[in-house]
Amino acid sequence: MLERLYRSLYRIRRMEEELARAYPTDKIKSPVHLSIGQEAVSVGVCAALRSDDVVFGTYRGHALYLAKGGDMKAMAAELYGKATGCTRGKGGSMHLISTETGMMGASAVVGTTIANAVGYSYALQHQGRDALVVSFFGDGGSEEGVFAESLNFAALKRLPILFVCENNGYAIHTCQQRRQGKPDICARARAYGIPAERIEHNDVLYLYERSRAVAAKVRAGNGPYFFEVMTYRWREHVGPNNDFQLGYRTEDEANSWVESDQVTRLESMLPLERCKQIQEDVEAEVEAALAFAEQSPEPEPAELYTDVY
Amino acid sequence: MPQSVTSAPVQRSARGTNTERTLSYVDAIREATDQEMTRDPSVLVFGLDVDDPKAIQGTTRGLLEKYGPGRVFGTPLSEDAMTGAAIGMALAGLRPIHVHIRMDFLMLAMNQLINVAAKSRYMYGGKVSIPLVVRSMIGKSWGQGAQHSQGLYSFFMHVPGLQVVAPTTPYDAKGCLIAAIRDDNPVLYVEHRILHFQNGPVPANAYAVAPGRARITAAGKDVTLVGISQMQSECLKARLYLQEVGIEAEVIDPIWLSPLDIVTIAQSVDKTGRLLVVDNGWICCGAAAEIVTQVTEHLQGHRSFRTRRMGFAPVTCPTAPNLERLYYPDSRTIAAAARDLVEGTRTGWMPCERPELNSFVFKGPF
Repeated sequence: MLERLYRSLYRIRRMEEELARAYPTDKIKSPVHLSIGQEAVSVGVCAALRSDDVVFGTYRGHALYLAKGGDMKAMAAELYGKATGCTRGKGGSMHLISTETGMMGASAVVGTTIANAVGYSYALQHQGRDALVVSFFGDGGSEEGVFAESLNFAALKRLPILFVCENNGYAIHTCQQRRQGKPDICARARAYGIPAERIEHNDVLYLYERSRAVAAKVRAGNGPYFFEVMTYRWREHVGPNNDFQLGYRTEDEANSWVESDQVTRLESMLPLERCKQIQEDVEAEVEAALAFAEQSPEPEPAELYTDVY
Repeated sequence: MPQSVTSAPVQRSARGTNTERTLSYVDAIREATDQEMTRDPSVLVFGLDVDDPKAIQGTTRGLLEKYGPGRVFGTPLSEDAMTGAAIGMALAGLRPIHVHIRMDFLMLAMNQLINVAAKSRYMYGGKVSIPLVVRSMIGKSWGQGAQHSQGLYSFFMHVPGLQVVAPTTPYDAKGCLIAAIRDDNPVLYVEHRILHFQNGPVPANAYAVAPGRARITAAGKDVTLVGISQMQSECLKARLYLQEVGIEAEVIDPIWLSPLDIVTIAQSVDKTGRLLVVDNGWICCGAAAEIVTQVTEHLQGHRSFRTRRMGFAPVTCPTAPNLERLYYPDSRTIAAAARDLVEGTRTGWMPCERPELNSFVFKGPF
């Protein structure tokens, strides 16, 4: 499992680093909200899921798409605006989807997919399937009205859903303490009758263990569960760069998260040779994905009018 | 036991087929829902109060007992999340019907309807579709006022990815709801509280009134009246007033506002040379504006015609009965406007009220 977690983390990290590197060439035709630094949340949870479990995410969704098994070539091509993209050039970076692997979409409007995830979990329960849904959203999403409404309904119907609040401390450039009268997101989940726990330090191993245990409980019909996972976005809100010059956060604050980076942590726990092999595999996959994106054709003009109805 | 499916006959009469059986608009909705829920176990219906003793004016009566609380349930007062949940259910293979007892409440669900339901099929490259029906009712009279009376369907006509239907007869209420349920894309199904009390012929079998077909509800040669939602009834009455002065009005019910059957309307205007569109909403940027524009584009360079729009007064709906009467177009003001169009001048004519035409007066409470 350690190897699997490392491969998934490294795969996301390297793909996004290469996207950031390619960004100034203007080949990427989509705003990118990079997950770099936050990969552990998607990786730790998704490693505990089955292929028929379903996830819904956010516009910062590259990590979730890849962690749930999404095809890297189709993702790269989507960012390049190509016909071979995962939405054929119709959705872009903020609306990745991979129905084959259970990544059921992402919204550019904060909080929106929480309700979609709840509805999907109602369907699973209604159909008597033992799969579960994981709803990923940020600390900002917890401030939207749909968060409150969705948690209430999930608790009322004891739905098979795990809520994962990916708390990176900031909504764009505004920190949580400046947005929430009581910055305790777990307390709000508990107020709806949903057991909640806060997972500190972006700890991928602990998150994986807890996700495994909780997924089994949720699958067994014990109702919804809630994680608040503390994490940190290293790069700017949107785009490939750092943004410490803006002054809303300090490099010191970021450094403590960089020092506890889960990619280097797991690397140090694995035999050197295994790491090297994984790294070689991933580098080849990333290179192939970007080449695929570059070489793929643009959508035909007639595609403008397809799939409206 | 699945119901047999037949396509709707081409209707050119005002009130449906030659069926012997008469149902109310309410019972037509209930029967359509019942038949589709029997035919397809993935259909479910929910919304505020759908399982309460009043059962949404009776439109959901008996469904809870027949299909159980998993498929028929009242919801928390959470229009936003429940619309989002309906979309999630649709993604998982269900066919939800989400019911709102007033159209005004849809304003709480706009994000999910516009940003997710309408867009998912397109922005996910055709990988998903959202077979969702959203029922809502427009209120009128007896103090419905500012937030219980709005006809806001033009908001939804504006957005690609949504279909909008506003049936006016029990026949179409049933057939359009069945079509909406079977459609793989979101359909906004607009009811009107006053139309709920209509009775009319409704076949017992399941049938679909397909999107994109308008209906000529009364033939005429002098002026084309297009009446939307409850204004369809007012237009049919206006036609009787116009007969007093020798004017034969052709009345058209668009039924589906999106997709809109502009050809049927334009062909009528080609014949009459006059178009009066009576909307069940405000005029500015409304459905009437769209219809007039499309007919103009269709006929320009080929046929000139005179046109006018009518709709709610450009104010908030008041509750005092005398003000409310002034707020809405009615059969007499429609007839007066139509005659002016035909004669090409302000005649000042207003027909004397014929109480026998007011077949229904609502006494409340809702």
